[in-house]
Amino acid sequence: MILEIDNLVKHYGQVRAVDGLSLSIGEGEVLGLVGESGSGKSTVGKCVLRLTEPTSGGIRLDGRDITHLSRRAMRPLRRDVHIVFQDPYSSLNPRFTIEQIVGEPLLHHGIASRRAAGGRVAAMLEQVGLRPEMRSRFPHELSGGQRQRVGLARALILAPKLVVADEPVSALDVSVQASVLNLITDLQREMGFSCLFITHDLSVVEFLADRIAVMYLGKIVESGPTAQIFAEPRHPYTQALLSAAPVADPVRQRERRRIVLGGDVPSPVDPPSGCRFHTRCPLAYDACRTSEPALTDPRTSGHPVACHLVTADHVPDAAATR
Amino acid sequence: MPMAGLVLVAGFLLLALLGPVLTGDPSAQDYNATLAPPSGTHPLGTDDLGRDALARIAHGAQVSLQAGVLSTLLAMVVGIPIGLVAGFYRRWLDPVVMRLVDVTLAFPFLVFAVGLAAIIGPSLKGVVLALGFSQLPAVVRITRGEVLAIREMDYVAAAIADGASDRHILLRYVLPNCSSPLIVQATVAIPAAIIGESTLSFLGLGVQPPTPSWGVMLTTAQQYLDVAPWLAIWPGLMIALATLGFNLLGDGLRDVLDPRSGR
Repeated sequence: MILEIDNLVKHYGQVRAVDGLSLSIGEGEVLGLVGESGSGKSTVGKCVLRLTEPTSGGIRLDGRDITHLSRRAMRPLRRDVHIVFQDPYSSLNPRFTIEQIVGEPLLHHGIASRRAAGGRVAAMLEQVGLRPEMRSRFPHELSGGQRQRVGLARALILAPKLVVADEPVSALDVSVQASVLNLITDLQREMGFSCLFITHDLSVVEFLADRIAVMYLGKIVESGPTAQIFAEPRHPYTQALLSAAPVADPVRQRERRRIVLGGDVPSPVDPPSGCRFHTRCPLAYDACRTSEPALTDPRTSGHPVACHLVTADHVPDAAATR
Repeated sequence: MPMAGLVLVAGFLLLALLGPVLTGDPSAQDYNATLAPPSGTHPLGTDDLGRDALARIAHGAQVSLQAGVLSTLLAMVVGIPIGLVAGFYRRWLDPVVMRLVDVTLAFPFLVFAVGLAAIIGPSLKGVVLALGFSQLPAVVRITRGEVLAIREMDYVAAAIADGASDRHILLRYVLPNCSSPLIVQATVAIPAAIIGESTLSFLGLGVQPPTPSWGVMLTTAQQYLDVAPWLAIWPGLMIALATLGFNLLGDGLRDVLDPRSGR
């Protein structure tokens, strides 16, 4: 396993951003971590990069426990993991040229001096589809899509084992989204890195992720192979998320039953008792309010769900109530 | 207006750098012309000891420039690292530094400078030290505030992910990105220090006679206000113009350097 997260907890003061989350990513595997804003999915990414200190739990990167490593001790391990940020504007140092930005990781890991890095940087820029003359430009001279390609080049220049992609396309125009997404897919196939792909949009990871984990209020409520999640979502929340994504077939789109969730995501300062989703779940009953369902796999099909209603021979249907 | 500021500052710099060379000895006395009004031989008149006011203004500009620039430089050189480290690492250092800054900021700038100058002793070095340390809290506070905003930027997180050392992040990421408000602060601090130097010298806590300083000239001039008013007008006018120039230039720089001010 390249990444193993075991019962990760991260609290910011009163806010329980991540509250007992476990997941693992194998070699060359792409895991889509899906959730609404405020579900704590970005915090998971920050913990994996050790940009923030986890409250408790364990994070193992390629077999090494990095949960509480100091900044200094973490530095040599950063060859193996990098991150692509959501905002293409604030994630590039405005005072650096593109060549400097992409060359930084080479410099810090003693792989190449600033002069010798030029060739590697040029090759990497070409790989992400940026013309060589971009090298001497500054970030503010580039478009959002170009900037995101620069961020991708920086993350990949050391050929890391794991890339955390934190909503890498959600700040881009739809037309640019597709091209950047295709680029990520191609690069992943070429270079074979594992990827934790964080997104709020299920359709973004449908063709990219091998597996999907759905997050709600700091916990995973369902995870499984992408095809299975799309074909047979088991948790009412996943069913609602999927019903919100439009289908590119007008006939099927008209036939679809839309599950509209009431209200907002509850505050992570004071998450609901029992099942965290019960306040918005159309199928909630008494047990959901008092006892918290564990993430279990009743059918042993590699598709665990945290819902009282899911049993070996029963899958709830949230759409049936409306 | 920024152009007017630029012209005034350039004039001030020329006066301070070239003036002393062109005007000769500021202490040379002309006993035949004491308290003389402006004339051909003494374009700005003479003081009670028959010294040429133009030469003294020019040499005084040099003193003012030194006091203004050196004290601001001192405040920046000492204050920026403190602000950088306090803002970047937080922990125990930040509250300690900031409470000290709050305490010193509670004193008005000049009161603080007068107190320090009285302790250090009257000399140009004393003036520079006193004004430099009086400016220190403002520099620390501005730097720290900028650092607090910049350390949350994704590009700093990206630098950590790149494997950059803290030193590299502070010097190459944080410092360059908080330089604009500091440059603006310098253009505010230099004229404040010029006034500060004049004030300290006027009060006898700064540059000592016979060294020509605009503040020292004003002290002398106040005894002869009724017979030789020009003696007070020249240094007063120079202080006003130099201060105005730096302030206008600072306004212009702020508009150019800070995109948030919305041009």
